[in-house]
Amino acid sequence: MASSALAIPRRSARATAREHLGDLAVRAGTFVLVLAALWAGWEAYRWLWMREGWTRPFVVDETTMPRIHEIVGQLFERLQPGGPLLIELLFDAAIFTAKEAAVGFALGASVGFALGVVLAHSRLLQRGLLPYVIASQTVPILAVAPLVVVYLGSLNVPAWFSVSVISAYLTFFPVTINTLRGLHSADARAVELMRSYAAGRWSLLWKVRVPASLPYIFSALKVSATASVVGAIIGELPSSIQEGLGGAILNFNQYYTLDPASLWATNIIAALLGITFFIAVHLAERLVVRRAPENVA
Amino acid sequence: MKTSYMIGTVLVAAAAAVAAAAAISTSAGAAPERSSLTKVTLQLKWVTQAQFAGYYAAKAKGYYRQAGLDVRIKPGGPDIIPEQVVAGRQAEFGINWFSNQLAARDKGANLVNIGQVFTRSGLTLLTWKDTGLNTIAKLRGKKVANWLGGNEWEVFAALTKFGMDPTRNRGVTIVQQPFDMNFFLRRQVDAASAMTYNELAQVLEAKNSKTGKLYQPKDLNVIKMEAVGTGMLEDGIFVRGDWISDKANQATARKFLAASFKGWVYCRDHLRDCVKIVLANGPALPRGHQTWQMNEINALIWPAPKGIGIMDPKSYSRTVSISRRFKVVKKAPKGAFRTDLARAAVATLRRQGVDVTGKRWKKATIKLTAGGK
Repeated sequence: MASSALAIPRRSARATAREHLGDLAVRAGTFVLVLAALWAGWEAYRWLWMREGWTRPFVVDETTMPRIHEIVGQLFERLQPGGPLLIELLFDAAIFTAKEAAVGFALGASVGFALGVVLAHSRLLQRGLLPYVIASQTVPILAVAPLVVVYLGSLNVPAWFSVSVISAYLTFFPVTINTLRGLHSADARAVELMRSYAAGRWSLLWKVRVPASLPYIFSALKVSATASVVGAIIGELPSSIQEGLGGAILNFNQYYTLDPASLWATNIIAALLGITFFIAVHLAERLVVRRAPENVA
Repeated sequence: MKTSYMIGTVLVAAAAAVAAAAAISTSAGAAPERSSLTKVTLQLKWVTQAQFAGYYAAKAKGYYRQAGLDVRIKPGGPDIIPEQVVAGRQAEFGINWFSNQLAARDKGANLVNIGQVFTRSGLTLLTWKDTGLNTIAKLRGKKVANWLGGNEWEVFAALTKFGMDPTRNRGVTIVQQPFDMNFFLRRQVDAASAMTYNELAQVLEAKNSKTGKLYQPKDLNVIKMEAVGTGMLEDGIFVRGDWISDKANQATARKFLAASFKGWVYCRDHLRDCVKIVLANGPALPRGHQTWQMNEINALIWPAPKGIGIMDPKSYSRTVSISRRFKVVKKAPKGAFRTDLARAAVATLRRQGVDVTGKRWKKATIKLTAGGK
């Protein structure tokens, strides 16, 4: 009896493992399929426009739309004889930009969360400050970036930190808005129950409101994660930083006529960096939200 | 169970903090080495390329260090205005076209040119040979492209010389030019601005889709602003006026100029080696293109009849008169440059036996390849 009792869970564990594997295969299959469809779409568009000589919305040729395999192939080319492969160069650049973006993201997410909590607790502050928080995002980042660089530069702050601040500027907003919304989304009955226990604001916040707001906060963090990478790339341009992806984009933009594939390849790496950030937040979400009281209890 | 969510949150927050701290510590880099060297910063006009080879060479060959200087070279970019950087005390030395510095000075920034490195203009107008547009006069009624934003005055002066009014688009249409030369290759304009050391090469490194071969110089008309008589002074070194009034800073500036000039002399005499230095500082730059650029940049400096870096009064007054005509500056500039420091630097180099005029220098012939590789 004992042995069969042990055997059952083992079999079911194997079954769930098989299910997981099947699920994974389906996911991988869809991923490959979508990628192939995008590839085919690109090449088909290119072929059709070139054959028909259509010029709207833009002229299609080797320069405007290089072949996908050329773009990928470019990653494994050396730009200078004896120099590193483009992918090695871009990997280093991506690491550099990732550092700026990570610091910016941490900064932006903390400030965003804190601001959300403060605004959620005071209707007056909310009325007074929220319009400015929103206004901050209507000012284009391209206008803000040079100001940040000049101001922080005069305080002798290292250039990469200015970039992080610019990245944080793009990060905090969704977090603030969603934190605010998430904190108000707590079940009114739970709040009332806590109040009937004479719970203070602090324990109400940490035991009810924050757990309830986690799904909101994490959706904001996912948006912010990619925005922080964009912010870091844009921030590098006015900061005299050539080591990151922003510097690489500027350089290849200049030589686009000669070598369009390098700029496209850089864009791919930049996109991959954004996706990496997104996945990191997604994994963190699974770690935290799965443990949240309403999911565990 | 509630605590486990708190633990999760704390764990993630801690991981994020550790990652951020690691990023900060690695980005901060090595601790600054203690030395008796004087630290100065040079702000370039644009990103790393052979246009600034002399400064990179002076650093790589140890000329700055030998002069007791620790020079940080800050590359420029689309949002970086060297005049602002120097006026804002983010750099002691800045490189820009002289007219840009004059404009900043006219608006109240006390900036002084201490070394005019480029003696002649590298700006040209390109047209396709088959259009027959081989003079400025023939551009009447045509589309002419320029980057604008302070880079247009030489071209505007040339068009004005032949009776057109580019500021009001009368007699000629001015079009904003992007960084790359695609629009010119597509013949979307009749004439495009091109620096001899950059955009001209970009055209010659592109394939003619009809022949399948690279475009050749014989496919183009290259109208040099220098030949039209509207060339203006381009790359020069400037500093803050109040900074340079200090005796100790004057000594620093003299050392900086002497070492920088020596770097340019090195690039004149060792073209290929100097390109290597540039490529080491810009690992994504195409070698062939940079070799062409180095050669053309040398041609803008050498020969330097008065000695490298010493302002030529005739070129100065031409630059000023064009600047005034187009209201780049409202009043006649006073004290916008000084030659004493450059003269002293040149004298120092002469004593070391360095050829500071390059009278016998001959331009090399650089063969361009597809994509500038």
